[in-house]
Amino acid sequence: MELGAVNGIIDKYQAKITSLISILHDIQDQYNYLPETALKKVASRLQMDLNDLYGVATFYKSFSLVPKGRHSITLCRGTACHVQGGPKILREMKKELAIEPGQTTKDKNFSLEVVNCLGVCAIGPVMVVDGKFYGEMNWVKAKRIVEKIMKKGNGGRA
Amino acid sequence: MRKIKSAANLERAREQIISKQKKYAAVISVCGGTGCQAYGCAKVKRAFQRGLGKEKLRGRVALKYTGCPGFCERGPLVTLYPQNIFYQRVKVEDVPLIISETIQNGRKVEHLLFEDSVDRQKIISSQEIPFYRSQMRLLLKNNDLIDPTQIEDYVAVGGYQSLAKAIYQMNPEQIIKEIKDSGLRGRGGAGYPTGKKWEECRKTPGDTKYIICNCDEGDPGAFMDRSLLEGNPHSILEGMLIGAYAIGASQGFIYVRHEYPLAHKHAEIAITQARKSGLLGRNILGSGFDFEVETAKGGGAFVCGESTALIASIEGKVGEPRSKQVHTVMQGLWEKPTNLNNVETWANVPLIIRQGSQWFSSIGTEKSKGTKIFSLVGRVKNTGLVEVPMGITLKEIIFDIGGGPKDGKAIKAVQTGGPSGGCIPAFLFDLPVDYDSLTQAGSMMGSGGMIVLDEGTCMVDMAKYFVHFLREESCGKCLPCREGLKRMGEILDGITAGRGNRESLFLLEELAAVVADTSLCGLGKTAPNPVLSALKYFRPEFEDHIDQKRCPAGVCTALIHYSIAEESCVGCGACKKICPTKAIAGEKKQSHRILSELCSQCGSCRDVCQVNAVWVQ
Repeated sequence: MELGAVNGIIDKYQAKITSLISILHDIQDQYNYLPETALKKVASRLQMDLNDLYGVATFYKSFSLVPKGRHSITLCRGTACHVQGGPKILREMKKELAIEPGQTTKDKNFSLEVVNCLGVCAIGPVMVVDGKFYGEMNWVKAKRIVEKIMKKGNGGRA
Repeated sequence: MRKIKSAANLERAREQIISKQKKYAAVISVCGGTGCQAYGCAKVKRAFQRGLGKEKLRGRVALKYTGCPGFCERGPLVTLYPQNIFYQRVKVEDVPLIISETIQNGRKVEHLLFEDSVDRQKIISSQEIPFYRSQMRLLLKNNDLIDPTQIEDYVAVGGYQSLAKAIYQMNPEQIIKEIKDSGLRGRGGAGYPTGKKWEECRKTPGDTKYIICNCDEGDPGAFMDRSLLEGNPHSILEGMLIGAYAIGASQGFIYVRHEYPLAHKHAEIAITQARKSGLLGRNILGSGFDFEVETAKGGGAFVCGESTALIASIEGKVGEPRSKQVHTVMQGLWEKPTNLNNVETWANVPLIIRQGSQWFSSIGTEKSKGTKIFSLVGRVKNTGLVEVPMGITLKEIIFDIGGGPKDGKAIKAVQTGGPSGGCIPAFLFDLPVDYDSLTQAGSMMGSGGMIVLDEGTCMVDMAKYFVHFLREESCGKCLPCREGLKRMGEILDGITAGRGNRESLFLLEELAAVVADTSLCGLGKTAPNPVLSALKYFRPEFEDHIDQKRCPAGVCTALIHYSIAEESCVGCGACKKICPTKAIAGEKKQSHRILSELCSQCGSCRDVCQVNAVWVQ
């Protein structure tokens, strides 16, 4: 694996241990997961024990050690979203994509994530698709967004 | 902005910025907060840019992309100055009309004004809207006046004047005394007196000291810290600078949860701009005072809102808390004295220094001073950020500001304080909102999440929700929290699935006491609160689930069944079409019925029925 980008990311943060989580986030943004070779590079440049680094990478929910899908769907599970019908959307998304939260579809098209609060509670239920926030969601709207992406992927008009 | 080398320099810079701003005849403020972004405010802003260019108005009309004014539910929000016209639910197609009607001809665009739900009157300025009328916006007041990515905007509204006053007119002891006299208490939820904490940190021996701003706002239902850091990051930086000067710290960190990308971005921009302007770094304002700030990102762990876990996280370790027998003000980051405060606490500091402790302590109650921002959300008509003087009643917040129930269902409780708090029933809504009253009622004010619950909310489901939330978020370091919450979750799962018995409730209460008594950190110690408060005030609901195998709110799927009211059904077929298990029978234009043996209780039929013919029992 080409690790030029990893070195660049570590340099950007001057190899500071206090920036470890930011470094890992940037690496994940670059490769769509945390590759082992990248983690070894981080450990050696930050003078960390690789086991400790794996401890960090597996403790924090925002990291993935396996490649994620091309599209990420994140559902908020905060209290406000919960009382506004969030669980129904999650149930529908699980059915639609045939995966559980934290998993990726076999065709690597979608990853389904849940976050315990996205902090946009006034317009819940909230869903984030590829970084774009959607408010006042219901399962019908959520399904429509996913279907639109699927259609696009199949060369159809979304 | 040029480098500012003295207090006089700062004042001159402010005058110059204001005189530059005066060349604009009007200002259009488009909310750029995360909430409005979900509604497409970026497109609205771009439409204004295009429209102003087309009409050759760019030299005369300023366009600001601001922070969040709080009324997220009505977004995208646009405010026009100097007339102070508040437009809500603005779409791209409304923009040419706003430019031609309001900007060029001074006329209001009626359909964009807020309409009072009682007298159907159109309201022009935000201050007249019931949602804002009872608020006292001290911390949020600049959110819709300034562009958070422009330090000049903050300086223009008097920004960094408190820092200049603190450095040049006060000594560290005087600053700490001012904060102590103000009565400011930690806004993260614990309510520890801020001045006292600063004093302890200052008195702790050591050459290296740190300060931290906690923006790991993990409480579900709370988003005031996000809006403050997103909308006015310099106010937090200024608070931290004053704190650092008073405590004797040379380095600060703003810890931002990764779920808040915009808040993190704006904090980074603010740090860079403050450094370039001589307000951060070496020799601040030419005074010889040095202080640096950097951001640190969270990784999606709720427990990192706890101070020792947060510190471990900044150190590049797993975010596990440690015992606080030795407090962080003595041994914190890298085992050095560390003063950690929440975003909202830091944002209060410049106000206190500028206007004095007497002014600040005149707001609020005897033991809870100043204002508090709440995120009013859930089953209430007006949702958003609400800044009110402490001591206001729950009733005033929920009914006067929030406008009451969302869709006719009676409000039965409000959940405050996040997973450490509890549910307060409607008959206690006359309680004043402060640190002590809500704690006495079995909940807590906490960081400010206020989730309104109505008759459609099942309190057993709520208790289960919080236990599962905390079980997932438990770091697993100590057994009572790790295993106790798992077991409590299993018991509640059983109750909501119709497998509960009276013993379950006693066991639940017994476990709750053990988890609270023996857990290591605040997460575990307070984890049973939502369950205990639900049992205290809504025990009959638990008993219904156990004795009658019935969920009165119609939420717990194992205990409900759907049916179609023959007399109401119009036979449109929408429910039949949507049903995932083909559990609906009936011909077009004839009454339909649900085949209970096939029904999976997903509720889709109820969601799509236009005539409310689907009943849940």
